[in-house]
Amino acid sequence: MSNSIIRVEALHKSYVNGSNSLHVLKGIDMDIQRGEMVSIMGSSGSGKSTLLNILGILDNYDAGSYHLDDIHITKMNETKAAQYRNKYIGFVFQSFNLISFKNAMENVALPLYYQKVSRKKRNNVAMEYLERMGLREWAHHLPSELSGGQKQRIAIARALISKPKVILADEPTGALDSQTSMEVMEILKEVNQTGIAIIIVTHENDIANQTQRIIRLRDGVIESNHINHSFKLESVEVN
Amino acid sequence: MFDKDRWQEIFNAIKQNKLRSVLTAFGVFWGIFMLVTMTGAGNGLMNGITDGFKDFASNSAFVWANNTTKPYKGFRQGRQWNFTNDDMASIRREVPEVDVLAPKLQGWNISNGENVIRGLKTGSFRVNGEMPEYNLIDPNEMVYGRYINDMDIHHRRKVCVIGERVYEVMFDKDEDPVGEYMKVSGVWFQVIGVARSKNPNINIGADKKEVVSLPFTTMQQTFNYGNDVHFFGFTARKGASVSETAEKVTQVLKSKHSIDPEDLEATGHFNVEEQVKMLNYMFLGINALIWIVGIGTLIAGAVGISNIMLVIVRERTKEIGIQRAIGARPWTIVSQILTESVFLTTIAGFLGLALGTLVLHAADMAIIAAQAAKTSEEGTFFKSPEIGLPMALIALAVLVITGLIAGLIPAQKAIRIKPIEALRHE
Ligand SMILES: Nc1ncnc2c1ncn2[C@@H]1O[C@H](COP(=O)(O)OP(=O)(O)O)[C@@H](O)[C@H]1O
Ligand SMILES: [Mg+2]
Repeated sequence: MSNSIIRVEALHKSYVNGSNSLHVLKGIDMDIQRGEMVSIMGSSGSGKSTLLNILGILDNYDAGSYHLDDIHITKMNETKAAQYRNKYIGFVFQSFNLISFKNAMENVALPLYYQKVSRKKRNNVAMEYLERMGLREWAHHLPSELSGGQKQRIAIARALISKPKVILADEPTGALDSQTSMEVMEILKEVNQTGIAIIIVTHENDIANQTQRIIRLRDGVIESNHINHSFKLESVEVN
Repeated sequence: MFDKDRWQEIFNAIKQNKLRSVLTAFGVFWGIFMLVTMTGAGNGLMNGITDGFKDFASNSAFVWANNTTKPYKGFRQGRQWNFTNDDMASIRREVPEVDVLAPKLQGWNISNGENVIRGLKTGSFRVNGEMPEYNLIDPNEMVYGRYINDMDIHHRRKVCVIGERVYEVMFDKDEDPVGEYMKVSGVWFQVIGVARSKNPNINIGADKKEVVSLPFTTMQQTFNYGNDVHFFGFTARKGASVSETAEKVTQVLKSKHSIDPEDLEATGHFNVEEQVKMLNYMFLGINALIWIVGIGTLIAGAVGISNIMLVIVRERTKEIGIQRAIGARPWTIVSQILTESVFLTTIAGFLGLALGTLVLHAADMAIIAAQAAKTSEEGTFFKSPEIGLPMALIALAVLVITGLIAGLIPAQKAIRIKPIEALRHE
């Protein structure tokens, strides 16, 4: 077993729209270690979300290879893809993407519902995760009754409940004010401390600076990929 | 299947647009309601009609003589003639297809005024002469005693079987009439039974409840009918057609009486088999119509459900995308949509079924009440408008299948939603 949770080699992806073809990813090489916390930066339209969707098996790639936990991910049927997603990956979105008519606890428990865990059991587990997010007393509130920060914490709890190996977060703080953004980042760092790899797509330097490694995309290729020294410094400071 | 999370979505979808849900469900509701009430009404009509003759031998016919309409072998046209005992023997001999043969006498001329007397009780009733075999064509159940038998015929016994109305008039309530004597058109007869026809809707000449039946031979002798047979009924043997047999029988009769074989008017006959066939075709037609209308309405309802489900899927595109991203398999989504569709259809249909059954029950009650209130005892042509349990179960099965089919296209649409596309929907 190698030490990388995500390994991408010479990855290409084009969007074909009728006779138009848009080459978005033009040969991406990337290796993310187990338990690593990485940010992907780049200007709007540089292909960050496209890459993240492929990593999340929400979309196919055209050429190259992608290994998730040493499993070669190729074109597969949706049932299989759903199983991999449920088992390995937790998603956090910019717009939270909670189900509006389910309360906080039910939203968190949803991935376990798809694993056919009984309602009682999955709700108990969901309560534990809400507790960790400091949202126990909000368990029975609908998303519409919660603040943006609370919603994102619920979304993180939902991503965690199926015990994934990696969390993919597409601009998780994009809809939050800076104060709340920092709180969410603290939570993600805590999650990372438990050994779960995290990939954060962002275009905010403040956010990227809190990750161990920063990968910059530009026009579908990796422009730079380096260890974030300020992260280490910060860690030292904390210690 | 019974997880709350599954039903949450359904109730949420219904709740979010109550009017829309109700209007859609109404289509299916109406379809089933129509199917149930119309089938019930059809059954009521069928029960009402067939109940009046369901035990009547359907392979039977009745034959009578009319005046001739053609001159033949020196006889003028317009000659009056009638059947005789010898004719019956000829038919027996020459037409092997005839099974039961029951000659009858109708005592028109001896049924005038208060012709039946017993002590102080008197009544005016039709007097008929019957063979025991007639009970095989038009069966009776005996309220008291027995029907006319071969010994009565052979010994020309002065006995009689009376109808229910005759019993009511001539006897006290609950009195046993068997063995009692009555004067019928001036002659004493002993009552041997009270008959209740199993086919009260078929009456020839007089209401069967108001008839005094004498042994055929007794009546011929006692009231001077000689060898006359007024008309007769017969049944065709198994496999023989009633109309062909009737044709043979009339030809035999015509040749014995020197009547032109081409004289179609000289005999009349009533073919029960033909009538039953026609009724059956009519019922078949009614049923086909009911199912066409009912299924048609149901299909319209199903299309409505299908449409609403399509709208729901479109509204939920993003949610479906989220669910897919966090691990919902396509089958989870499909089964969700199908459950909703079947649920909507079945609930609506079940209400239709329930209301339809209720309406039929109310109609049944009304008919029973009307019948109890009715003084004159005429036959009813509408009875027990019900649908059976099998029909109800079929209706429910049809509903579930309808729901599944209605959900199929929306479900297809739902799984074609790609998670990324749904998530980009912002
Ligand atoms: N499903 C799609 N079909 C066609 N073009 C797309 C699709 N998704 C993204 N694109 C295009 O691909 C490019 C990269 O998009 P994206 O990966 O979302 O960039 P980023 O997340 O870095 O802003 C953009 O030009 C975008 O318009
Ligand atoms: Mg993006």
